Amino acid sequence: MAKAKRKSMAKGNAKAGYMFITPFIIGFLLFLVVPLVQSLRMSFCEVSATNGQGLKYKWVFLDKYKEVFFKDPDYVPRLLDNLKNMALFVPGILVFSFFMAILLNQEFAGRAFVRAVFFLPVILSSGIMVGLESNNSLMGSMQNAIKEDTSLTSITKTLENILLTGERASKFFEYVINLVDKVYDIANSSGIQIIIFLSGLQTISPSMYEASKIEGCTAWENFWKITLPMISSLILVNVIYTVVDFCTKSDSQIMTLINDKLFKNVDYGLCAAMSWVYFGVIMVILGILAFIISRWVYYYD
Amino acid sequence: MTRKERREYFKERNRKSGGYLLRKKIWNFIFRFCRAVLIFGLCFLILQPLLNKISLCFMTKDDLFDRTVISIPRHFSTQAIRLGWKLMYHFKPFWYSIWIGVLVGVIQVISSTLVGYGFARFKFPLKNFWFACVILMIIVPPQTLLTPMYLMFSDFDIFGIIRSVHGGKGINLLGSFWAYLAVCAGCAGYKSGLYIYMMRQHFRNEPKELEEAAWVDGCGKFRTFWNILLPGARPMMVSCFLFAFVWWWTDGIYSKIFFARGMGWYTVANCLPGVVERLNHEYKQIFNIVSSSGGNFVPPAYGNQILSAATMITLVPLIIIYLLAQKSFVESISQSGIKG
Repeated sequence: MAKAKRKSMAKGNAKAGYMFITPFIIGFLLFLVVPLVQSLRMSFCEVSATNGQGLKYKWVFLDKYKEVFFKDPDYVPRLLDNLKNMALFVPGILVFSFFMAILLNQEFAGRAFVRAVFFLPVILSSGIMVGLESNNSLMGSMQNAIKEDTSLTSITKTLENILLTGERASKFFEYVINLVDKVYDIANSSGIQIIIFLSGLQTISPSMYEASKIEGCTAWENFWKITLPMISSLILVNVIYTVVDFCTKSDSQIMTLINDKLFKNVDYGLCAAMSWVYFGVIMVILGILAFIISRWVYYYD
Repeated sequence: MTRKERREYFKERNRKSGGYLLRKKIWNFIFRFCRAVLIFGLCFLILQPLLNKISLCFMTKDDLFDRTVISIPRHFSTQAIRLGWKLMYHFKPFWYSIWIGVLVGVIQVISSTLVGYGFARFKFPLKNFWFACVILMIIVPPQTLLTPMYLMFSDFDIFGIIRSVHGGKGINLLGSFWAYLAVCAGCAGYKSGLYIYMMRQHFRNEPKELEEAAWVDGCGKFRTFWNILLPGARPMMVSCFLFAFVWWWTDGIYSKIFFARGMGWYTVANCLPGVVERLNHEYKQIFNIVSSSGGNFVPPAYGNQILSAATMITLVPLIIIYLLAQKSFVESISQSGIKG
């Protein structure tokens, strides 16, 4: 009797749970699975519009993919470029946001203001605001003019040249200088990551640091032995968030290429194939990163 | 203690500690100084483009080409803003954007709250699978779905039901609210997955005893949710709504497919990127330049000024919202970050 009762309660729970998530299930099937399947189908087809009466599909199997990889002059270089940028940006954003979170975790006057400023780009540089000026052909040419104008006299440029030439030149310098060049973009896209790290830092109990201090740890050791492991799960979250955010940014080169193909050439099949390749690459990268990092994540409980 | 006494006292202590105290104090000062410089610099870096745009807004054309004017306009004028406002088609896109933001945001929040609660508090078969689907939804770039979505909404149909009623044809939902509403009610809108995640995180942190007490007192599942958990979830719902509003305001992906060219509906995000081209067009008309082959006639600096003015006009509502509800934005993120 008791067992039957419990079972029915579990059943009721399951029913209620499904009731609560029905909107999601319907939406997921209708607005994600259906379009995804359709775009997959398109990527294997030659799609042509029949005058206003919908679309005609002709099965061409892998032709579109072959076109993406072997015929299209822009796609593969841009994809590689995008990945290279990602390899540059994601560690940069992570290190920067972690560093900022540590700074913001300390007491100083105007902390709330600084926090608000760093979160500001999440609100203001979203959607179309990103790359509004560089997307505009007119503005683009002007920005180039300004760059050429200022590069001659800048001190940092000279310093960069000194560092990059001669024996001291190394890949690492190049990497760091690249990052410093992009510091505006990095600061702009690390608002959410900073907040996540900050909230993580605030949950580490002070008694741990106290104990380690009594045992005679230095701040350096504290950082590696306490702060980093305690926050490692958030590093995973942030890595994934950053990669996704980076890839779905509307001004990424691949996205603009796909959009161009869609609105100028109206080649649905090619666009679909391109997006699928891109999507596949992102998934693989996310999978690898999640696998590597999750093995290293430390859970306190 | 007077100042002199305090100094004496410090010297005394410093001598006893073998100079350690003084060294520490100096180091501390250096550290704080460097930190202040660094933070000030970074804040300036983020704020600079915004400040720059604001100052550009109030310049006259003369100031723009005057090399001695850098950030503070010499001849204050609102002419750029007025032109930007005109090129943004006055109130209309704002009106549409506000409507979409509010209506769609509310629906998105309601559905995400329900789903988030379902994921947080019930055990049901395949739960992990469905949650993985939520994550998948966050990961899929919306651009991948552009074309199919467009096709789907130009001939909308749910599993053949509408088709059978409507005489073998779907309904064209493009160019109206309905496409937005349908997508958002199904939790598939822009960043819906994120809101589900945030709501779930919030409900998971609520004490379970609340519901158990309600259950013992004979409260049904839905009533428990409505009367007991919903009031507590209000702050989180508000911040989800604010995020939704802000992100729909600047969203250029969905508005591009739902309100495609020549449908009479446009959002702010639709209008903004075309400002310079429209300015160019006006220029051509004013100066009677007869040339169909593109070409820019607007001086770049002037174009930039007008674009900045238009951008500022678009951003003002967002800035006001952020100033009023800054805490709500930041805290919701920090709350959902905990427990990964």
